[in-house]
Amino acid sequence: MEAQTVERLADVESFRAPLDITGVDGTLLLRQLRDMLVIRYAEERIGDMVTEGKVRCPCHLGIGQEAIAVGVSALLRHTDRVFGGHRSHSHFLALGGDPYRLFAEVLGRVDGASGGMGGSMHLVDEAVGFLGSVPIVAATVPLAVGAALSAKRRKLTDVAVCYFGDGAAEEGVVHESLNFAATFGLPVLFVCENNFFSSHLHIQQRQPDISVARFAQAHRIRTEIVDGNDVVAVSAATARLVEGARSGEGPGFLEAITYRWRGHVGPREDIDVGVARKENHAAWKQRDPVRRLVDALVARGELTVERHESLQVEVRRLIHDAWARAETSPFPAESALLDCVFARNER
Amino acid sequence: MSTAATTYCEAILQAFEHLLEHHEDVFVIGQGLWSPWYVGNSMKDLDRKFGTDRIMDTPVSEDGTTGVAVGASLCGDRPIVVHPRLDFMILAANSLVNQAAKWSHMLGGKAHPSMTVRGIINRGGEQGAQHSQALHAWFAHVPGLRVVMPATAADARDLLIASVLCDDPVLYIDDRWCYDDAEVLPPVVERPLWAERPRVIRDGRDITLVGAGHSTLLCRQAAEELAAQGISAEVVDLRVVNPLDHQVVTQSVERTRRLCVVDGGWSTCGLAGEVIAGVVERLGPGTLVAAPRRVTLPDAPAPSSSALERVYYPSVATVTAAATSIIGNSASVR
Ligand SMILES: Cc1ncc(C[n+]2csc(CCOP(=O)(O)OP(=O)(O)O)c2C)c(N)n1
Ligand SMILES: [Mg+2]
Repeated sequence: MEAQTVERLADVESFRAPLDITGVDGTLLLRQLRDMLVIRYAEERIGDMVTEGKVRCPCHLGIGQEAIAVGVSALLRHTDRVFGGHRSHSHFLALGGDPYRLFAEVLGRVDGASGGMGGSMHLVDEAVGFLGSVPIVAATVPLAVGAALSAKRRKLTDVAVCYFGDGAAEEGVVHESLNFAATFGLPVLFVCENNFFSSHLHIQQRQPDISVARFAQAHRIRTEIVDGNDVVAVSAATARLVEGARSGEGPGFLEAITYRWRGHVGPREDIDVGVARKENHAAWKQRDPVRRLVDALVARGELTVERHESLQVEVRRLIHDAWARAETSPFPAESALLDCVFARNER
Repeated sequence: MSTAATTYCEAILQAFEHLLEHHEDVFVIGQGLWSPWYVGNSMKDLDRKFGTDRIMDTPVSEDGTTGVAVGASLCGDRPIVVHPRLDFMILAANSLVNQAAKWSHMLGGKAHPSMTVRGIINRGGEQGAQHSQALHAWFAHVPGLRVVMPATAADARDLLIASVLCDDPVLYIDDRWCYDDAEVLPPVVERPLWAERPRVIRDGRDITLVGAGHSTLLCRQAAEELAAQGISAEVVDLRVVNPLDHQVVTQSVERTRRLCVVDGGWSTCGLAGEVIAGVVERLGPGTLVAAPRRVTLPDAPAPSSSALERVYYPSVATVTAAATSIIGNSASVR
């Protein structure tokens, strides 16, 4: 596959065709399709529940960006160490995080991933390798570098991963982290989900260049730029970078170009925010990562229309049931307020 | 003069308009300034009125942005940096605490960073631990950094103007929970910040309630509830928490002989404890007829679940309960 440039990927009229799945295992692709559907339907459900007033915490939806987390996670194992940010439902679910625990968390219930202490912006599931997501922008980038340092100190072949956005690249700590990881040759994969927006501002209003990978290149970090709405391309690029990291070649940087269909926070589309957004919204939906994979699988005879429909029904039921259960989870007890401030409680 | 009430939020906007209209050297820099969401309506359309050269929306770079303002302030400008949440402002602590606050003193008083940081307290709504913090006490701990906390619409306007015109670095902290509070505002008078002191905003005989920012509003409402129970509470609004003037509160407590301090920050090493210490150090023996109390957050980060938020934040009810218990615990007053 030829190397991509951000300029080419930024052209919204292109990259709409069915994915190129030549030589890729059908079972893997079907699983990735299912994982993307789980994420999409879960986030649509959360968005609807915000609208209904059942969910009150701020929810940053990544609908349209599902292929990145799913593509990256295919190369990870549960002993790897993954960190996220404010928009991390997909990162949590793609690793195998339980939708029930996600839903209970956004509802502020005790069975939530973080026991109801965190809401949508604070997720964790160590069992699947998800060490935490938090909403201070760029905050987990050095933490992932530290997790990589720890793996290296113990001579493990595990890697650390951090997801962050194009906006996060404007924080100084990202540059400190890149330099640190490169200097000490640490097994960390930086995954920049470049959706061209930080809140209401397009990247052209914030940076002199629309590609974030330039920062990694300046630190001599191996870099891949991919269509973030192409799960096959994401997995292939991740495979190269993660393999290198596991075998002692140091950090890798994946810049995945994508677009969020909803607004910065909440369920609205916010097409009235930012010039580029109004112009490009409909066009970007033509680059749907789910539809392009479905089309490719159908074309190769790997998926029938009926099977696709039954898969959708199955995932919708799963989401429906998980939500219904989450609504029955109790709220945390008042004592929870002070229970986990410290590891040990002398009260 | 208009007799229509102005909200706290509108008052902030009026202060920006006044400053930008009358002071060429003022410009504003921060995240969300061209956005309809970040800062409520408190900066609405400033970019259209005064141009994007003077109202600059920035990359996600808190420390850099704040340092830029410090630098410009050393060259004759009066920048205002806006941080939509105090939580994000922590990333700017170096520029603010190590640089701006110390610049004058460590360079022998030769230069003064005349810059203002507007930091917003924005909590509740299940936003969780990193989107809820009221860190005024943290920053008030730092010599050289003036810290201002308006509670009322008049102060929201006038203290912002005074902050920006002050030659020192000032942290002006407004609180979204105050935004709807409204009053009729007199015309703008530019006053020096150093002359601003705590203020008695309600007279009373039985107990002194002290707050700053939103806590003052809790005290004011609690005083009304207490009045219904026949308790006369005096309310002191601190307004400026660094440098902290202890005199006004002390004089009030000399009359009421009871003290309850309310703060939306944490208790340990916090503002409420500082106010109590300041009073106790100044009072003659036997003045207090009951132990003073503080109403603060529990020493825990903010939870997300609304079930826990309800018990986490001080409320009119918790302030009223604390005040009545102080009264109940009082030794009989001769
Ligand atoms: C330190 C800090 N500054 C500002 C914010 C406010 N904020 C939350 S998300 C966000 C945009 C980040 O954009 P990007 O990194 O591109 O991620 P995206 O939202 O596009 O997923 C901003 C500015 C924050 N949460 N933390
Ligand atoms: Mg972005």
